[in-house]
Amino acid sequence: MKVSVVRNILEANEALAQKNRKLFKEKGLFTINLMSSPGAGKTTLLENTVEALKDRLRMAVIEGDIQSSVDARRIAKKGVQAIQINTDGGCHLDANMIQNVLAHLDLDNLDLLIVENVGNLVCPAEFDIGENVKAMILSVTEGDDKPLKYPVMFRESAVLLINKIDLLPYTNCKINNINKAALKLNPKIKIFEVSCRTGEGLENWYKWIRQQTKKK
Amino acid sequence: MHELSIAQGILDIIRDEAEKNSIERISAVRLKLGKLTAVEPSSLSFCFELITKGTLAEGARLEIETVPITGRCAQCGREFTLEDPFCNCPGCQGLKIDILTGREFYICEIETDD
Ligand SMILES: Nc1nc2c(ncn2[C@@H]2O[C@H](COP(=O)(O)OP(=O)(O)O)[C@@H](O)[C@H]2O)c(=O)[nH]1
Ligand SMILES: [Mg+2]
Ligand SMILES: [Zn+2]
Repeated sequence: MKVSVVRNILEANEALAQKNRKLFKEKGLFTINLMSSPGAGKTTLLENTVEALKDRLRMAVIEGDIQSSVDARRIAKKGVQAIQINTDGGCHLDANMIQNVLAHLDLDNLDLLIVENVGNLVCPAEFDIGENVKAMILSVTEGDDKPLKYPVMFRESAVLLINKIDLLPYTNCKINNINKAALKLNPKIKIFEVSCRTGEGLENWYKWIRQQTKKK
Repeated sequence: MHELSIAQGILDIIRDEAEKNSIERISAVRLKLGKLTAVEPSSLSFCFELITKGTLAEGARLEIETVPITGRCAQCGREFTLEDPFCNCPGCQGLKIDILTGREFYICEIETDD
């Protein structure tokens, strides 16, 4: 006997993500799901962002990592609440993990929540956690062929930060190739070219975040 | 990778469907998997086999039908299959292609020998 089914395999995660999304909306909270490969600069970007915006926006950070709470401590040092999630080998955060830690956050008194996903250019893109936007980082040291190799994340992200542009003179990365390929995959993607080392380009990113939180 | 948690999701769904349809053993599961998803079929099959041991779906065949990436040219309207997500329109060389299929990821059928 055959039984026809038609059910989305990720339905359980998607239902929980919708619940999170609804809650964020009720609380007027803008949420960013930040993704990249390991070492592209997610935590450094967050350290900078917290420093720049914490006096103007009430913010918190959720740190996802396979193990350790190093990143959460780096953020907490900057003076905002940071919660660590350890996935214990898992390659991505899912909506359930986010829901489980939301009780630790004072959502009524927050404007901005940024989630640093597990370092990985493939898996996190498949799992909705209820965020408003997915933002991804590609650092120039990873090479300009990455959109070709990891199209899904580029398609799913609303924002692309091209980081470590201070290192451009030392690589054979052509930033224009990244821009072209990313826009081809996703014509609406918003691109920021930044250096979290020198601070170049970060003002535009901060400005964009402030505009988004005002809309909430 | 994340194929293990996906295999778990599949098992949860087919268990639920088996219960609804009073099925005691599942012999095959059919899925559609778009080429624009970050899921590796062979890894998924491996994880499925692993996770169904000792369940009603032990030994079940996992039949994965991959769905090609198709798109429509925003310039000339032509619909075509994209060999990779970077193809231009074969008709007018247009660059802007709206994706039509390739993101599918769902179970379409289960089968039982009962
Ligand atoms: N030169 C340079 N190094 C950077 C930049 N951003 C981050 N890094 C360095 O890259 C390494 C990894 O950064 P981290 O933020 O921990 O990456 P994550 O794994 O994505 O969180 C650290 O040594 C950072 O100091 C940048 O813009 N330029
Ligand atoms: Mg980090
Ligand atoms: Zn065309």
